[in-house]
Amino acid sequence: MSKPLSFYRSYFLSKTMSFLRRKNGTDSSKTRVADPNIKKGGADDDDKKKDQYKIPQRRNYGSKKWSCWDNCCWFIGFICSIWWFCLFLYNTMPDSIPQFVTMAITGPLPDPPGVKLRKEGLTANHPVVLVPGVVTGGLELWEGRHCAEGLLGKRLWGGSFGEFYKRPLCWLEHISLDNDTGFDPPGIRVRPVTGLVAADYFATGYFVWAVVIANLAHIGYEEKSLYMAAYDWRLSFQNTEIRDQSLTRIKSNIELLVATHGGKKVVVLPHSMGVQYFLHFMKWVETPAPRGGGGGPDWCAKHIKAIMNIGAPFLGSPKSIALHFSIEVRDIAALRAQAPGLLDKDVLGLQTFKHLMRMFRTWDATFSMIPKGGETIWGGLDWSPETETVNNSAKKGTDNSTRNTGGNGNICNTKGVNYGRLISFSKDWAETHSSKIERVDFKHVAKGDKLTNSSNCDIWLEYHEMGNRAIKAVADHKVYTAGSILDLLHYVAPKLMARGASHFSYGIADDLDDPKYDQYKYWSNPLETKLPNAPDMEIYSLYGVGLPTERGYIYKVAPPSDCSIPFQIDTSVDGDSEDSCLKGGVFSGDGDETVPIISAGFMCAKGWRGKTRFNPSGIRTYNREYKHAPPANLLEGRGTQSGSHVDLLGNFALIEDVLRVAAGATGEDIGGDRVYSDIFKWSERINIKL
Amino acid sequence: MSSLRRRKPINESSDSKHNEEEEDEDHDDVDADGDDDVNGKNKKTPSKIKKKRGEKPPKQPKWSCMDTCCWFIGCICIIWWLLLFLYNAMPASFPQYVTEAITGPLPDPPGVKLKKEGLEAKHPVVFVPGIVTGGLELWEGRECAEGLFRKRLWGGTFGEVYKRPLCWVEHMSLDNETGLDPCGIRVRPVSGLVAADYFAPGYFVWAVLIANLARIGYEDKTMYMAAYDWRLSFQNTEVRDQTLSRIKSNIELLVATNGGRKVVVIPHSMGVLYFLHFMKWVEAPAPMGGGGGPDWCSKHIKAVVNIGGPFLGVPKAIAGLFSAEAKDIAVARALAPGFLDNDIFQFQTLQHVMRMSRTWDSTMSMIPRGGNTIWGGLDLSPEEGNSCAKKREKKNETQIADQAGSENAVCKAKSANYGRIISFGKDVAEAPSSDIERIDFRGAIKGHSAANTTCRDVWTEYHDMGFAGIKAVAEYKTYTADSLVDLLHFVAPKMMARGTAHFSYGVADNLDDPQYKHYKYWSNPLETRLPNAPDMEIYSLYGVGLPTERAYVYKLSPHAECSIPFKIDTSADDEDTCLRDGVYSVDGDETVPVLSAGFMCAKGWRGKTRFNPSGIRTYIREYNHLPPANLLEGRGTLSGAHVDIMGNFALIEDVIRIAAGASGEELGGDQVYSKIFNWSEKINLRLDEEIPVHSSR
Repeated sequence: MSKPLSFYRSYFLSKTMSFLRRKNGTDSSKTRVADPNIKKGGADDDDKKKDQYKIPQRRNYGSKKWSCWDNCCWFIGFICSIWWFCLFLYNTMPDSIPQFVTMAITGPLPDPPGVKLRKEGLTANHPVVLVPGVVTGGLELWEGRHCAEGLLGKRLWGGSFGEFYKRPLCWLEHISLDNDTGFDPPGIRVRPVTGLVAADYFATGYFVWAVVIANLAHIGYEEKSLYMAAYDWRLSFQNTEIRDQSLTRIKSNIELLVATHGGKKVVVLPHSMGVQYFLHFMKWVETPAPRGGGGGPDWCAKHIKAIMNIGAPFLGSPKSIALHFSIEVRDIAALRAQAPGLLDKDVLGLQTFKHLMRMFRTWDATFSMIPKGGETIWGGLDWSPETETVNNSAKKGTDNSTRNTGGNGNICNTKGVNYGRLISFSKDWAETHSSKIERVDFKHVAKGDKLTNSSNCDIWLEYHEMGNRAIKAVADHKVYTAGSILDLLHYVAPKLMARGASHFSYGIADDLDDPKYDQYKYWSNPLETKLPNAPDMEIYSLYGVGLPTERGYIYKVAPPSDCSIPFQIDTSVDGDSEDSCLKGGVFSGDGDETVPIISAGFMCAKGWRGKTRFNPSGIRTYNREYKHAPPANLLEGRGTQSGSHVDLLGNFALIEDVLRVAAGATGEDIGGDRVYSDIFKWSERINIKL
Repeated sequence: MSSLRRRKPINESSDSKHNEEEEDEDHDDVDADGDDDVNGKNKKTPSKIKKKRGEKPPKQPKWSCMDTCCWFIGCICIIWWLLLFLYNAMPASFPQYVTEAITGPLPDPPGVKLKKEGLEAKHPVVFVPGIVTGGLELWEGRECAEGLFRKRLWGGTFGEVYKRPLCWVEHMSLDNETGLDPCGIRVRPVSGLVAADYFAPGYFVWAVLIANLARIGYEDKTMYMAAYDWRLSFQNTEVRDQTLSRIKSNIELLVATNGGRKVVVIPHSMGVLYFLHFMKWVEAPAPMGGGGGPDWCSKHIKAVVNIGGPFLGVPKAIAGLFSAEAKDIAVARALAPGFLDNDIFQFQTLQHVMRMSRTWDSTMSMIPRGGNTIWGGLDLSPEEGNSCAKKREKKNETQIADQAGSENAVCKAKSANYGRIISFGKDVAEAPSSDIERIDFRGAIKGHSAANTTCRDVWTEYHDMGFAGIKAVAEYKTYTADSLVDLLHFVAPKMMARGTAHFSYGVADNLDDPQYKHYKYWSNPLETRLPNAPDMEIYSLYGVGLPTERAYVYKLSPHAECSIPFKIDTSADDEDTCLRDGVYSVDGDETVPVLSAGFMCAKGWRGKTRFNPSGIRTYIREYNHLPPANLLEGRGTLSGAHVDIMGNFALIEDVIRIAAGASGEELGGDQVYSKIFNWSEKINLRLDEEIPVHSSR
């Protein structure tokens, strides 16, 4: 419904525009013609007089010649006719014309990788499993409240989002989960869409997996050799099994794929959060039956050839901190691309932010993205893997220069940035050396002391139960690292974190043989689990580099009002120089705009490389980085060399790698590691027992 | 364009005094016009203006024809937008209010009603779509199909049919030799519930049933659409797509994830035969079958609820294969009325269609099975002597309300020889068999091709037949179910060679004969045994009360070089017999005659028979057709037509009850309006298991 509406709206706009233009045109032509001959002007005047003189007459006769109304009608009709004519031409045009035009402008396009590799003789070999990430999978309604009548079987998420605009509150009600259980509220059943359509396009024209699928099809893949492991990305991983038996379905479908392809193992392509989901799956499937899938200890070795993680947030993403703390993450890239400015507008009435925050907070899966590994990985108050310690300033200079010459240092100047401080209250605290910061512990400050009359706030947020004193205590702590950030979240949102902590864990295991690590909440944390015993398997980490990625934030206490979120990113804070990493209150590092390199690359670069305690069977790992290059021109759409989190799925180099592996190549065959960033150097600095 | 149009009046107004005068005249003209209007008591209309301009064309610079058109279109557009805006602003429940105001309160859909009764989702459900209704999408195509990757070629909007018909035909056709895709083309079935929920926008197939099941708690994980490529022969779906393996795996998954509860399978139309094939396949040992072991069905299937099942084939398939004149594969007709008659494929539409559909092996699964034993011989048929009108005597009370609707179904079958499925000429169809002189066509020599068969761009085997062959066919005069198969072998040897490799149409003498282990017998209920699953139930749900094609009167078509030489003689009518437009009708659901849908459950499988050695219980549920009460009801909630029955509330209620755990007895056992039991009685088919003695002799 919304499509025709918006269509007509834009149509109408263009129409009025051209109407104005045309009017000007006629006026000018009139004057132009009139100028050389004054007499004509007189004639015009005469005409006008006559017109004035005649109007009453005409009215008497009831004749409506060229009234304003007629003009409008004429005009609209005229535009419509032309529009239809053009539409007709467009429809009769052979399909290849746009391509000709593009070619004429940009020169011949490179063959898409599927076509290219087909010419090389590659054919479909191993079946492929796609695991979509957060947000990109479609959700549809199976049972709803009264306000959602007529939406049965329609998509609530993905697709056109038509209903979102039409009945926002109803939509929110259905897409939110129950705050206590983490499942659907009673009377509502929202379920993941299944099949390849679940995540081929996120919204109309915004591809996710579609390009990969199309290229796989070029070398002979089809529906029977592809499987989209769609799951409800709002639920915690184990809950998808409890409610939908998603893990069982994935297991059964992988077994089916292997069986129908003559025993060829599958190549798994998880993207974004799907990476963690698949880590969880691998532990689940080998765990004995009541809690796990009961596939036996060699299930993975028998069924999986390779896992090609794309844009993997193995160790979480700092962005999720901002999301949980104040929902000010600028972009879940896809959502933003779909509706620019959507989050800033008040489409949900007042209090958009809090509505969204409330919704996000009911989604357990978002907890999986909180940075894992604490200060060991993400850096402490005065150090971080991405920056040298202050003592080695000389070394840092060379480091910077090499990065600049390497063409990769242009993200920003990392000098003096304390990436370890994920949240700082004010720029000063972000830059001062830790010894000079006086921090006040907030954990014991009693809450309560509610903000005056919070009964006005019809939406529920745990902030309303905090009180002024607690807010001040939080701000007085001044700086939070990856370790203390968990305490912070536990403090500001205890209920939420209680739910989160029962499904996810963010630490580093000391002893992986400790029986407590059999519990499912550790399964998606690569630092607290062992990889399966599958020496022939390969693990790839494919990710984009060369884009500024949120890495730390500067916060301020928002001007107090009753129902607002008391903390905000201080967007007024900018770095001192042009290339400073601090912009708009956000410290950026290198990455793919969502996942910093350290999160995507560390496990494959160091944590799992060789035989380590996390990888006892010595599964081979490969890092493949793809340098971001913006699309050369508008005709290229989202680009074939993009490195950003979702657009990476359209990157030709990445697709080529995927195709080669699916067609049977090993990591060595495609060239082993391919690295642009300093991930190996950074990994060196991370001091972790292996 | 616009500048031209606009400049004209300006130029003229500023050209010279002369023009000014002219304009002056114009105004006067118009004023006079106004006078006219007032005098004629007419509002000024565009047409009026046009007329006037015809009289004085050069003097009307402003209200030109273009202007009027534009003005008119503008008005329409504005009104349209206004309405659109109102429509969008209207609350969603408004149409329902209107409907209720007109027709009175609507009955609850069965899902809602049964939810109130406390029914809940219990057994997982598997849908097996029929022929034609499943979507097909393109995975690899020729050059002409560029940009259609993963777009639907079949189902959905059918936009491409209109845009590039020949390209579409090329991609939808299969290879004539192998029965698989031609090289360079991969068209694959759509999977998931979307595969067959709607056939075309607004034309539901499974959607209503799915929506009602969802009401009592079903969702994606408890429902499975066993989509397959309905163009292929059944075994080829496994060879190419491993479809049968996928169905097996998915049923096992459904049972496993639903706590061991067995599935309820709901096949529709050809899906019924497909699922029969599946049940044999899954228990057959591994190289040819699925290797599920001899008790797979009893472990995994609670009930098979066949909807509109053409167990024994449909006579309509004959007409379709013989002359492409099946007036409807019901769905296609409803989708685009007159579609087949228009020449959108340029000339020779019918041959194109024929050629395409002949490459589809699955159509041959619908050829009537069981031969004369089931369908009747020259002078006898099970339905014989029953007037169509009297079929309803059993339920006369309910019929009174039905009178209007049943009128079109009323025709007397007093002397129709249904056994003669094809007759050349009406007199032949009616004459007693002793009067008919038949010349055997089987020996007739073909070749002697019709003069210059250069019209080879559309290939049908008729062009290889020649005059002699055509004449021989016509001189045999009348064909029963047995000789029909021979006829098809004669007119289309290549096609039938492919067909007989995958399907069989006979009645087995001895089911223990090892030949019946071959997959080509698996979809024929008369040549296979049901699986050993005494707890399973088999239902046959079908519509009655609609005239259904049963036999045809053919004629030789006026000879043109590239046309199909046989045509249904649409001029043949007979009030007394059920003959109309060359077609004899009997009771059924417009596609499947009652006999085909009901016989197996009424007699062939009832009790312990040789076809049903473990005594699986069978039930027949008939649904009497009632046309929709008014337009607002759409395709009706009481329909009995082949596809529309999927929206029949009574049927949906039965299905939901079964899915929620009810047995056939709890539903009320058989529900019969037709004379299916009488007719079944007349069919002389051996059912007892004494065969081993016979065969050992």
